Amino acid sequence: MSSRPDDLDINDEYKYGFHDPEVSVFKPEKGLSEELVRAISAKKDEPEWMLEFRLKALATFYAKPMPTWGSGLLETINFDEIYYYLQPVEEQGSSWDDVPEYIKNTFEKLGIPEAEKKFLAGVSAQYESEVVYHSLQEEIEKQGVIFLDMDSGLREHEELVRKYFATVIPAEDNKFSALNSAVWSGGSFVYIPPGVEVTIPLQAYFRINAENMGQFERTLIIADEGSRVHYIEGCTAPTYVSDSLHSAVVELIAMPGAQLRYTTIQNWSKNVYNLVTKRANAYENSLVEWVDGNLGSKLTMKFPCVNLLGEGAHGEILSVALSGEGQHQDAGAKIYHAAPRTTSRITSKSISKSGGRSSYRGMVKVLPGAVGSKVHVECDALLMDENSRSDTYPTMEIAEEDVQVEHEARVSKVGDEQLFYLMSRGLTEEEALVMVVNGFIEPFVKELPMEYAVELNRLIQLEMEGSVG
Amino acid sequence: MSDQTPIFEARGLRVAIEGKEILRGVDLTVERGQVHALMGRNGSGKSTLAYVAMGHPQYEVLEGQVLFNGHDATEMDTDERARLGMFLAFQYPMVIPGVTVSKFMHSALKARAEGGNVQLREFREKLSSAMDLLGVDKSFTGRYVNEGFSGGEKKRLEILQMFMLEPSFCILDETDSGLDIDALKTVAEGVNATRSAERSHLVITHYQRLLNYIAPDVVHVMMDGQIVRSGGPELALQLEEKGYEWLEDELLQPAGA
Repeated sequence: MSSRPDDLDINDEYKYGFHDPEVSVFKPEKGLSEELVRAISAKKDEPEWMLEFRLKALATFYAKPMPTWGSGLLETINFDEIYYYLQPVEEQGSSWDDVPEYIKNTFEKLGIPEAEKKFLAGVSAQYESEVVYHSLQEEIEKQGVIFLDMDSGLREHEELVRKYFATVIPAEDNKFSALNSAVWSGGSFVYIPPGVEVTIPLQAYFRINAENMGQFERTLIIADEGSRVHYIEGCTAPTYVSDSLHSAVVELIAMPGAQLRYTTIQNWSKNVYNLVTKRANAYENSLVEWVDGNLGSKLTMKFPCVNLLGEGAHGEILSVALSGEGQHQDAGAKIYHAAPRTTSRITSKSISKSGGRSSYRGMVKVLPGAVGSKVHVECDALLMDENSRSDTYPTMEIAEEDVQVEHEARVSKVGDEQLFYLMSRGLTEEEALVMVVNGFIEPFVKELPMEYAVELNRLIQLEMEGSVG
Repeated sequence: MSDQTPIFEARGLRVAIEGKEILRGVDLTVERGQVHALMGRNGSGKSTLAYVAMGHPQYEVLEGQVLFNGHDATEMDTDERARLGMFLAFQYPMVIPGVTVSKFMHSALKARAEGGNVQLREFREKLSSAMDLLGVDKSFTGRYVNEGFSGGEKKRLEILQMFMLEPSFCILDETDSGLDIDALKTVAEGVNATRSAERSHLVITHYQRLLNYIAPDVVHVMMDGQIVRSGGPELALQLEEKGYEWLEDELLQPAGA
């Protein structure tokens, strides 16, 4: 195309596909085994109960069949070809100067240290299986906020972790939560004390570097009564011929009156299986929001969930998925109304292009007793061409009479008349497409902090290049 | 090209859509600085001429040429025509969900600016003064393009764009249809305010009403895919008075009778 913004490097359509030479201090063999699980636990010097938890989870993983309802791509995962644990450095740094030069350079390319200086309260950077850098602003720490990698969380706050760990998502929830429970490493542990409002976001960044790597971070966030926090997660990986696996478990707990927002911008390279379990327990008058953007990966299966357990709790799930050639974004949302006068809103937007496939899979349940609850579900799919595909699988089970339920679903195609209109104002066809797509996801983008909104629009623009046939 | 070159010419234009011939040999020349009115009944081919002038991909040029500023534009892409200075105010402007008027206008200006850069501050000032001049509400800028706009608001936005983009040739495709008198005046003011020696307008209309506010230099009447008569402003008045049947009857009479 003739006009292309100068600030874009278009030589590589996925600009985070580079990789560092692999240097690790501990790298067990490929494949999964009980010995491996014991080795990870021993390496981390974990308490006995955690080792037992892991071993039990491993047995569950072996026992559970692969889900049959998901994407056919699931069948192509070879669990024997994956490295389940890889320790990149001996010690975690609290200053970027403590981090090995090549890893620091990688995170600089990803813009993390810069973002940290500008607008983040705390940063956690995970490389392979371990968090290599961690920081939290002093004044926030002074308020009693805990923001640690999960391993340090377990060491330093064992009682708190033991009380809540795997209470929202038990290991046996599904095959991949079992896998994560067996081999988890890294992730974040966050605790916000009652009444404390953290007004600027905390961010965790996950980077896979090695080929055939499996990353299994584990995150637990507890927002105590009346507190407030926004946690952001970003992820990228190099482009390899063979596949990597990312299988996280994220548990959120919003105590009465708490406000907890979890934002994800998932931009894995297109050789990553991204199979993630995310769930929140929301108590009385609390607010939980999942803001979930999926651009990368080969296959994503992710259905963020909110259990509305206390009266007046509100759950919000806002997601965007973009799937291109060879990609399947199987994303969705789950809400369980288990208390009176609980409210929820699901907004799902998907874009399919160049033969990509997007699915919305949703589950809304209003349980007996959840009187006066309100549900609003909105699914919008945008198809960029004839080869691409979008499916919607909504399920609703409503066990109460006095409930307000709304569901809207729309599939639209980028119209020739829309493009003609925009081009008649001087925009090239590609610019016109980008404008239509960015407009389509605007309700999502406007929920992001400014810097992420800019980045997301730019990523969309990169993805749209070459879409004009 | 010298200043004598017409800004726009259609030469022997035959155009079809989905295999059906709509324009059956149209010749039209618009000189610089002129306002031409193109009148005719619904279905006579007026809008087709507008779309073809702008390069709509669904219309097939069977024969003839579109010239812009003396250059053959028949095969040009729509965006290229736009960047060269052609503008079409749509009869049915499109909704672009999630894109604000401000963002849309800024992008359109950037698309035609040297180096693709338009200072945000300058842009805001220009937009603000254009809105003042056209009496467009300031809340427009933050609204999504044409989403939930009334008929009149849509047309005002078209005129605002025409004003901002400073084209050298503006086609207004039945911009007056469905407008109340206030909106009609906005449209007319937009045209009159952009009227200059460097800018020409082709005003497509079904009724004479708009021409009370915009004085055309030349009036053309289209019937069944051809321009059947051209004349001065008096032609529009005659049509208003006597109806299209009058012209049809005249045309049916053998020459010299």
